[in-house]
Amino acid sequence: MAKFILRRLAVAVPIVLLISIIVFALMRAAPYDAVDAMTTPRMSEETIAAIKAKYGYDQPVYVQYFGWLEDVLQFNFGNSIVTKQPIAQQLSVLIPHTMMLVLPSYLTAYILAIVLGLIAGSHRGGKLDHIIDGIASVLIAVPTFWLAMLLIFVFGYTLRALPFIGMQTVGDGSPLDILRHFTLPYITLTIAFLPDNLRYVRSSTITQTTQDYVQVQEAFGAKKVEIMFKHICRNVLGPVLTRLGMAVPLLVTGAIITESIFSWPGVGPYFINAIKGLDYPIVMAILLLSSTLTILGNLLADVLCAIADPRIRQGVR
Amino acid sequence: MENEKHWTRRSAAWLAFKRDKSAIITVTLLFIIIIACLIAPLIPIDPDEPDLLNRLAPPDFSSEHIFGTDEMGRDYFMRVLYGGRVSLLVGVLAMLTSLAIGIIVGTVSGLAGGIVDAILMRAVDILSSIPWMVLVMVVSIFFKPGLTSIILVIGLFSWMEIARLVRNETQTIKERDFVQYARLCGVSPALVIARHIIPAALPTIITASTTSLASAIMTESALSFLGVGVQQPMSSWGSLLNSAQGTMATSIYMAIIPGLLIVIVIFAFNKVGNILRVFANPQVMSGERS
Amino acid sequence: MAETILHVKNLHTTFFSHHKKIEAIRGVDLDVYDGDFLAVVGESGSGKSVTMKSVMGLLPKNAECTADELVFDGKDLLKMSEKERRQMCGGQIAMIFQDPMTSLDPLQTIGFHLREVLKRHRGLRGKEADAEAIRVLAQVGIPSPEQRLNEYPHEFSGGMRQRVLIAMALSCQPKLLIADEPTTALDVTIQAQILELLHRLRDELGMSVVLITHDLGVVANLCNRVAVMYGGLIMEQGEVDDIYYRPQHPYTRALLGAVPNPKGHREGRLVAIPGSAPSLANPPAGCPFSPRCDFAHEACSQAMPEFIAYGGERRARCTLTGAELDAKEAAANAEAGKTSTEVKELA
Repeated sequence: MAKFILRRLAVAVPIVLLISIIVFALMRAAPYDAVDAMTTPRMSEETIAAIKAKYGYDQPVYVQYFGWLEDVLQFNFGNSIVTKQPIAQQLSVLIPHTMMLVLPSYLTAYILAIVLGLIAGSHRGGKLDHIIDGIASVLIAVPTFWLAMLLIFVFGYTLRALPFIGMQTVGDGSPLDILRHFTLPYITLTIAFLPDNLRYVRSSTITQTTQDYVQVQEAFGAKKVEIMFKHICRNVLGPVLTRLGMAVPLLVTGAIITESIFSWPGVGPYFINAIKGLDYPIVMAILLLSSTLTILGNLLADVLCAIADPRIRQGVR
Repeated sequence: MENEKHWTRRSAAWLAFKRDKSAIITVTLLFIIIIACLIAPLIPIDPDEPDLLNRLAPPDFSSEHIFGTDEMGRDYFMRVLYGGRVSLLVGVLAMLTSLAIGIIVGTVSGLAGGIVDAILMRAVDILSSIPWMVLVMVVSIFFKPGLTSIILVIGLFSWMEIARLVRNETQTIKERDFVQYARLCGVSPALVIARHIIPAALPTIITASTTSLASAIMTESALSFLGVGVQQPMSSWGSLLNSAQGTMATSIYMAIIPGLLIVIVIFAFNKVGNILRVFANPQVMSGERS
Repeated sequence: MAETILHVKNLHTTFFSHHKKIEAIRGVDLDVYDGDFLAVVGESGSGKSVTMKSVMGLLPKNAECTADELVFDGKDLLKMSEKERRQMCGGQIAMIFQDPMTSLDPLQTIGFHLREVLKRHRGLRGKEADAEAIRVLAQVGIPSPEQRLNEYPHEFSGGMRQRVLIAMALSCQPKLLIADEPTTALDVTIQAQILELLHRLRDELGMSVVLITHDLGVVANLCNRVAVMYGGLIMEQGEVDDIYYRPQHPYTRALLGAVPNPKGHREGRLVAIPGSAPSLANPPAGCPFSPRCDFAHEACSQAMPEFIAYGGERRARCTLTGAELDAKEAAANAEAGKTSTEVKELA
């Protein structure tokens, strides 16, 4: 098992490095950079050179890259060009906000997806299947932001039941207040995460129910329920478990749209403002962070997969 | 023999379509929407002309503004149609862009194998490991805002899945006798791809293209909604929804109409994709054991 | 004659698939006796598998199955509830399948598979179940069964997996074992071993075996009775030697022609049967084999021929008797002379 993880790490690390190079190159290629932000056209050549030297911009590119990489490894992403605030410090506040939203909604969607997917898949072609699959294929076509708008209209404007701006009312930070603010974005995100997972569980359940071993179990007198829980579920849940690993990057960038609509103080609005304001260091920090998380997530997915499946655990293809 | 196989495929796909009532309804609606968007310039109503006496008029099929008017008194029916032109245009062109890249990368990778394949597929892995929404937004910074940029941004970064599919398909097709023979005879790889691989992979490609079209439309609308996509004065369904946010409390129809159109269009394209999948692989539907 | 263990009368099985009706079984009568080794032979699509799956109640939802009589070991299967039938399957009748590579759940150990069956059908648990599992694994010839119990299916070869499946079947102590082309997916050498094993187990345990196969030659030395199926019907049925040496039905004769050297019969000449099996979506009114039959005449395609009995349970479904066929063949050979044989050989 340890060998397996090491082997996967050996593949993952170069990819992370490669992405860091791409991010660095993108930052350098940007039409407007940190030096431009600190200098003005009226400054003399010497002043500019001094500023460049101070921040190491006069060094060869690879030296700058390693310097930047060293900073990044210590979670130092530099400062925002626009607000001059340190990015790492801001992210350390924003990411927990995003996680607070994404984690519960993803888990809800995930569990719902497994339950409904198993029900639909094992009743393939039946009434329940048609209803569940129908709902999933409609939801897959619904844009998240539109769903959020409808929820805001119904629960916010019409019923006046729930707040839909921010994370808490100014001056009131009670858990109940936060929970009320949390409800609408939570529902939106849950519905956004649900259909993809649901269809995945359903289709792998269908694949499993048509496997030969199911008929063999029937031939040996196993009850439908027994086959479902002892065999199909295990075989379906393995791959489904790996999706959990792949969902890791969502913890940072999974709610960009939803957070923006509900003005939830997470990574989403921060990122979109940075995009609109051409604040490259922020954009690149988030790009690097989310790509790294994706690769770590895939690694986690592989490990989970190996735990669930003896064939992969023992390196059989 | 081959003909007969084709016929049963077609009838299987047709059957899958006929049995699915929601498919019939939405695909019909899709056609109506596409045609309405296409002939919009022939309708003698200016989508940009304000009717200041009639601002935010609700939809009324007996009045001259059947979908009502927006906050500047512009005819919302026409705005929605023109928005649809932009949304569909971006969708189709972005899909074609990603299809072109995906087919080239996929066939080359599949046919060449070895190092070329390894490098290309690693690149695909890396590109797909960056969260998509983030990637597209980052790249959009480097392009000047405009229709072409959006098409390119979406198209340039959504070809990975198609490339994978086409590569797998190519790997199977290239083992077939007629392709092996063509290669042995010294037919150039480009010609082998054009004459043999692409036609054989066509069902897969067409199926993938509907999915790609649906997701391109979805992405465009999300970007425009967030204000980093289509810019004023041009508008798409996404940017119409963006402006509808401000007047939602009083004029919810401005949010409902474009949103509903997006849902119908994407649902219909996905349906078409599923039906084509039956065509590409008839067992998908039958699936009964014997 | 030994006691009848399975009695099937007028079995019909129909599949419904998007408005199409596929009549897979069109009236099969079949008896299996105690200690029998019956081979059900036929091309793919002849209905041999579906017949046995119908008996087991293993048909998909879109299938409809009717029979006049369906009796196993004195119990009427038609009157049984789903639950009783379930208990029957695996318990008294066990079935093993074509592809051992996919017949076991990849995520469960061999031991789990066996223990489940032992618990369900014999109420054995814990140490008792383990001991019995080890015993049956040894019985089917798996070396060091104690260790292999905790291994996963992927650690077994195809032949070994088929042995595991046979062990699962044995652990139910069945009266009847149905083997559905158990060796098709295996190497030739392994095939022989598995068939030998089935034969030995039948002798040792005194159970009956029904072997479904498309290969007459393979079973020549093993079985004592043969039923030949075609187009959802039994074409000819009888003792193995009668079928091999005195085939009465043109289809059986053609099949034997297509078998490489069964017991030295018709030396080394391999003749393929021209044409392909009939579509069962719209089965012809007459004999399903008539379009491919060398001896077909007008009456064959108009009405289904009845069985002609040849003594005992031996019978063939043809308008002509074996003697008439011989006469026709001899006449044809005399007419065409040697040239036609050569042409046939070339074809």
